[in-house]
Amino acid sequence: MLTTQFLLLGAVLFCIGVYGVLARKNAVMVLMSIELILNSVNINLLAFSVRHGSVDGNTFALYVIAIAAAEVGVGLAMVLLIYRNRRTIALDDLSEMKG
Amino acid sequence: MIATDLLVAQNVGFGIISLLMIIGAVRVVTVNNVVHAALWLVIVLSGAAAQYLLLSAEFVAITQVLVYVGAVMVLFLFGTMLTRARIGAESDLNNKNWILGIPVAILTLGVMAYVIVDGFGSERLIENPGDTQPIPIQVISDDIFGPYLLPFWALSFVLLVAVIGAIVLARKD
Repeated sequence: MLTTQFLLLGAVLFCIGVYGVLARKNAVMVLMSIELILNSVNINLLAFSVRHGSVDGNTFALYVIAIAAAEVGVGLAMVLLIYRNRRTIALDDLSEMKG
Repeated sequence: MIATDLLVAQNVGFGIISLLMIIGAVRVVTVNNVVHAALWLVIVLSGAAAQYLLLSAEFVAITQVLVYVGAVMVLFLFGTMLTRARIGAESDLNNKNWILGIPVAILTLGVMAYVIVDGFGSERLIENPGDTQPIPIQVISDDIFGPYLLPFWALSFVLLVAVIGAIVLARKD
C-alpha cells in the first residue's frame, strides 16, 4: 500500500467537505460537512501513524473523535436554539452581524 | 510490474471502500433531502472505519463505529426531526453563492494533490500488507495515560463543558 493513496483519499474527502460548508444553507448540513472534514483528518493521522511506526497518530485520532462528538452536541444545541427563536435554520437569514 | 505488485487484497479493498466513500461524500453535499444526506454520511463514516482497519488501527475503528455511526448519527437525525416539521426533499438547501464552492474545492484539491504526490511519490506505506499486526490497545492506553495525559484531562473538561452547555442551550425556559 502506498502512502499517497490514503493521503489523496483524505484530500478528496476534505475538499468535498469544504464544498459542503461553503455551499449548504441548512445548518445541520453544514455540521455534516464538518464531520466529513474531521474524518479526512483522521485518515491522514492514522496513515502517518503507520508511516512512522508510532502509536501517537492513533491517540490523536481518538482525541479528534472525542472533540468532534462534543462539537456536534454543542452545534446541534445551538441549531435547536436558533430554530426555536427564529423558526428557521437557514444560515443566510442570520445576517445581523454583517455590519 | 509495479501494477501486479500493488494488486493485493488490501489495495483492492482500499479501492472499493474509497470509491464508496467518495460517492457517499458527494451525495452528502449534493442530495436535496436532509435525512438522505445523514444516511449517506453513515456510508462515509463506516467506510472510514474500514480504512482504519486497513491501517491496522482496530481500536480507533471500533470507536469510530460506536461514536460516529452510533451516537453522532442519532444526534443528526434528532436535530433534523426537531428543526423541521416535514421530512422530504427540499429545493432550497444550497445558499445563493453555492457555485463559488466548486472552484474553491477543486483548487484546494489540486494544490493538495500536487503537494502529496510531489512529496510522497510512490513511497510504500506498508512493505508487506500481509504481515501487519494490529496495534494493541494496551499500547494506546499507555500513550494516552502517559505522555498525553494533560490533553486527556483537558478533553475531559471539554466534554463536561459541552454537556453542560448543550443542556443550558437546549433548555426550554
